Amino acid sequence: MRGSFIILGFFIVGIFVGQFNHFPAWVSPDKYSSWVLYLLMFLIGVGVGADKKAMRTLTTFNLTIFMVPVSTIIGTLLGVSLIGLVVREISFAELMAVGAGFGYYSLSSVIITELHSAELGVIALLSNVMREIITLLFAPLLVKGFGKLAPVSSGGATSMDTTLPIINITSGKEFALIAFFHGILLTILVPFLVAFFLSL
Amino acid sequence: MLIVAVIMLAGMLAGYLLRGRKRILRINSRMTMWTIYLLLFFMGMVIGHDEYIMQQLPELGFMAFIITIMAVLGSVSMAWVLWKLMFRKENKG
Repeated sequence: MRGSFIILGFFIVGIFVGQFNHFPAWVSPDKYSSWVLYLLMFLIGVGVGADKKAMRTLTTFNLTIFMVPVSTIIGTLLGVSLIGLVVREISFAELMAVGAGFGYYSLSSVIITELHSAELGVIALLSNVMREIITLLFAPLLVKGFGKLAPVSSGGATSMDTTLPIINITSGKEFALIAFFHGILLTILVPFLVAFFLSL
Repeated sequence: MLIVAVIMLAGMLAGYLLRGRKRILRINSRMTMWTIYLLLFFMGMVIGHDEYIMQQLPELGFMAFIITIMAVLGSVSMAWVLWKLMFRKENKG
């Protein structure tokens, strides 16, 4: 949670800095940002590949455990698609790209900003931050209404780190492995899925 | 899309090979953090610089809120279905 505030802090300071019209010539974000983004994805890959626990969890294949992230993906995409039936200003592909952030706001928002537009990037940032916050605040309620898998699903990619403690408390310790597997798989899938929906 | 896959998989392979190299991995996680900070700072700058987006912020925020609600409702509904299926299976023993 502390990390999230620091990340948002950098974003907000960036907004203030951007409001001054004179920034030095070397600060032209769109010139470098795609390379920085590639660097980030490489670094994230290194982190996952080197994480013994993560890799071992990923290779313990079990259909029941595997179905949890699958249902999160299907549920999220179906849910956000319903908006497209009512609202005309945003396309199905854009809705699904934002939804496919699964709470991983830092990565999904920069990918969307880079590949699509700053507007949709802002939506992705805010929406995926809200997903994490809603999960943290409403986990007990979600368990009551939708069963013990609900906070895992709602947490999306964050179920491996920021929302894992609340999942442990509300669903129970026996869901820690499911939550961790769920989070790590979605974390890996976020860049692919977001880029895929933006290519449609 | 393809380039994303290649970069990410290359990173995972590199990470796999670097297992146990604690110092390098610590530097890696530091760099990951600072790269995220830098990218979000840049993103903030682009947005702060763009008056049109700044004016639109309330609407963008509202859209984000609707998307979040639907994403959460959709995912927990599917989680409920899966929970019921798993639960029933467990009951049958």
